Amino acid sequence: MNLLEVKNITVKFGGLTAVSDFSLSLKKGEIVGLIGPNGAGKTTAFNAITGIYKPTSGGINFGGKDITRMQPDKITKLGIARTFQNIRLFSNLSVLENVLVAHHLRLKSSFAAAMLRLPGYLREERAMRKEAEELLGGLALSRFMDEKAGSLPYGQQRRLEIARALATHPKILLLDEPAAGMNPKESHELMEFIEEIRDKFDLSIFMIEHHMQVVMGICERILVLDHGVTIAEGSPEDIQGNQKVIEAYLGVETDA
Amino acid sequence: MKSTAKILLSIAAILLFFVFLYWAQKNLDPYKVRILNLCAINIILTLSLNLTNGFTGLFSLGTAGFMAVGAYVSALLTMPYDIKTMNFFMVPINPVLAELHAPFIAALILAGIVSTVVGFLIGAPVLKLKGDYLAIATLGFGEIISVVFTNTQTITNGALGLKGIPQYTILYWSWGTAVIVIIGLMMLLNSSYGRAFKAIREDETAAQAMGINLFYHKLLSFSISAFIAGIGGALLGNLISTIDPTMFRFSLTYQILLMVVLGGMGSITGSVISASIMTVIMELLRAVESPMNLGFISLPGIPGMRMVVFSALLIAVALFMRRGIMGEKEFSWDMLFGKGAGRRESA
Amino acid sequence: MTFELFLQHFINGISLGSLYALIAIGYTMVYGIVRLINFAHGDIIMLAAYFVFFGVGLFHMPWWLAALFSIVLTALVGMGIEKAAYKPLRDAPRISILISAIGVSFFLENFGIVVFGGRPQAFYSPEVFQRVIKLGNVSIISLGIIIPIIAITLLLGLVYVVNNTRTGMAMRACSKDIDTAKLMGIDVDRIISLTFGLGSALAAVGGIMWGLKYPQLHPLIGIMPGLKCFIAAVVGGIGNIPGAMLGGFILGLGEILLVAFLPGLSGYRDAFAFVILILILLFRPTGILGEKVAEKV
Repeated sequence: MNLLEVKNITVKFGGLTAVSDFSLSLKKGEIVGLIGPNGAGKTTAFNAITGIYKPTSGGINFGGKDITRMQPDKITKLGIARTFQNIRLFSNLSVLENVLVAHHLRLKSSFAAAMLRLPGYLREERAMRKEAEELLGGLALSRFMDEKAGSLPYGQQRRLEIARALATHPKILLLDEPAAGMNPKESHELMEFIEEIRDKFDLSIFMIEHHMQVVMGICERILVLDHGVTIAEGSPEDIQGNQKVIEAYLGVETDA
Repeated sequence: MKSTAKILLSIAAILLFFVFLYWAQKNLDPYKVRILNLCAINIILTLSLNLTNGFTGLFSLGTAGFMAVGAYVSALLTMPYDIKTMNFFMVPINPVLAELHAPFIAALILAGIVSTVVGFLIGAPVLKLKGDYLAIATLGFGEIISVVFTNTQTITNGALGLKGIPQYTILYWSWGTAVIVIIGLMMLLNSSYGRAFKAIREDETAAQAMGINLFYHKLLSFSISAFIAGIGGALLGNLISTIDPTMFRFSLTYQILLMVVLGGMGSITGSVISASIMTVIMELLRAVESPMNLGFISLPGIPGMRMVVFSALLIAVALFMRRGIMGEKEFSWDMLFGKGAGRRESA
Repeated sequence: MTFELFLQHFINGISLGSLYALIAIGYTMVYGIVRLINFAHGDIIMLAAYFVFFGVGLFHMPWWLAALFSIVLTALVGMGIEKAAYKPLRDAPRISILISAIGVSFFLENFGIVVFGGRPQAFYSPEVFQRVIKLGNVSIISLGIIIPIIAITLLLGLVYVVNNTRTGMAMRACSKDIDTAKLMGIDVDRIISLTFGLGSALAAVGGIMWGLKYPQLHPLIGIMPGLKCFIAAVVGGIGNIPGAMLGGFILGLGEILLVAFLPGLSGYRDAFAFVILILILLFRPTGILGEKVAEKV
């Protein structure tokens, strides 16, 4: 059974159709890529899945639940986490705090219990700290733990954003251009990293990416958007040979 | 320094301070005691506004309105029957209200609770939206409270206000409350909920994407802030003993706003410092408003000049000192003993 | 209520509404371009009225000259405020510029109290505005008709300027996307300055007519109209000029008719606008004519 089932969603802003008739099915453990020229509606599709935009029509089903038009925080709670194209960390909070914030959604203690430091809360706080520290350690971010997130080098910020998303305990991770601004060596490392976290955290991954090397390297399936319309879907080999894609996308993007 | 040592140091400092208050309450003249009381009340109010504006990123301007609610609730609960009926000579008081009476502690807590309820009713519709609408809506709310209180004569005595409110606010009450609010907020803001508030301030969209229920947490922050402001208003009413609806208007909120901005939006200790300093400065500035004789020349007093200085200061801080005294940092013992720059809260 | 009485209230509401519309324009234009609630806009109204007051009282100007003088001076003050208190903060966090705006507003009010005095003053109103006009059984003061005529003429003029001149086009470009406008070679600083000037000049006209309608001057008279006109701008759809006019008329008419039909609520007259604000924010946060803008994520 598919973990995520996006059925024919359309997102309109006033008269403008940003995404039309977009469908996607994601199985457990899959890595699927979404590519397309700038302004093709990739991030809009992401925003519709994560609840930031409400689709004008169509439906989204996640693990048997209808999540169409659900609030973003509810969707995250159910198990879909994301990163942002233009990194959105809590810049003035420390690296550790950034990850701890992502644990808040599972907190059972009330604010009064938290304020009064009741034993139940302290237990939860200790557990989330331990887990957060382990997570940061696993992602080689331990030494930055007490730094302000905004002061981290670019590459580490991207990594931290993924760490923060992982801390919400997602079943599906949506990555919006994780390799943006990376050199070939860094993007190679990123590919290994993505596969590693997929296995370690038992994830399905849906990612937007411009770096063809990355997309073709790790995605099992690829969708191509152009002007909001899905013009192709298939394995990396299919996409590379698809005439429509070459015209719409590869012909335009010289750095591919 | 070890954290247990810091906690002990903090407790010692607080105890020492209360010894000072004990001495001050007995030995200082009433004027100085009043200023000390005002310091504490302003600290409470500044922290209330800083919780929303500085820590949660909600630009609220409703402080004066919540203070009004708190002040009236506490006044009506603590005034004796005779004084109440004497006050309401134009339109008689609602008979139920006339009979109501409660000890000061209960009056303070109820002032906070009623203010919270009002805050909830205002916040629920407005907090769903992003942006600066909150500023206008809460400012409007503050102005409207004053309109409403002028019109509800059987409850508030209208424009005549209330006179002869028992002066229960002594240093132990005002500073006791201030210390509780300071410690309570520090504990709240260092908890997971505090991190959620700060995350909302930093980036609402990202916070929501991390599973934080924006509406719930904004409303929580806003309501706690209203609670604290209500208690602050109650303490003020029971200090100055006379209140009327026009007291609680925008000008009061702006004064508190200056203290928040000056201390640093997002710094508790900054608020404590700036509220104390500004309270004293405001008193010193009274000199400008009364005639002065400098020996060779005598200057006439300029009524209202204090507020001109005050508002000029607000612009200056916004323009040249955007982060205020403390920024988002906190004063800590480490800072005092020179062990590294101010790190996270520790007091 | 007789028809005549209703008509009287209606004209009164239109006249108040057109004042709100004039003032709301300034809010909406500034918000449209720099995304700032110009808190000081309400106090600009107060300044304009005082300028006329002093022009006539102190400098013995003829009434019309004092009004003209006040409009120019108020526009300059509006531009000066932008230069001094907002421009340096254009790249700062939104909250800093908001605080600065609050500071300016608070400053003008207190400055007014110190310089103009806290006691209310009577505003001079020329005889021509006080004539009683009879339309059948309805008698109205000429001012009640003159206000809407002037206001509507100015509003139409403004719409023409915004839609048909190069400057107007530049203003529209800036409110769509200020960075792109800059890249297209538009002198953004000049346009912002002009917007403040134009908005303040219209508010000045509003303020002077406000003084004629409610001839009691006080340094704090600008606050309530200021807040209400901002609400008018929100009701119509902030950033939208026809919206601000529509919002102004809705608020003005609503307020007058509320008091006329439910005299028991007249004490709550000032609260009316805020009830409308809460309702509009709940049910149509983009305002009546506002477009839905998707936040860029």
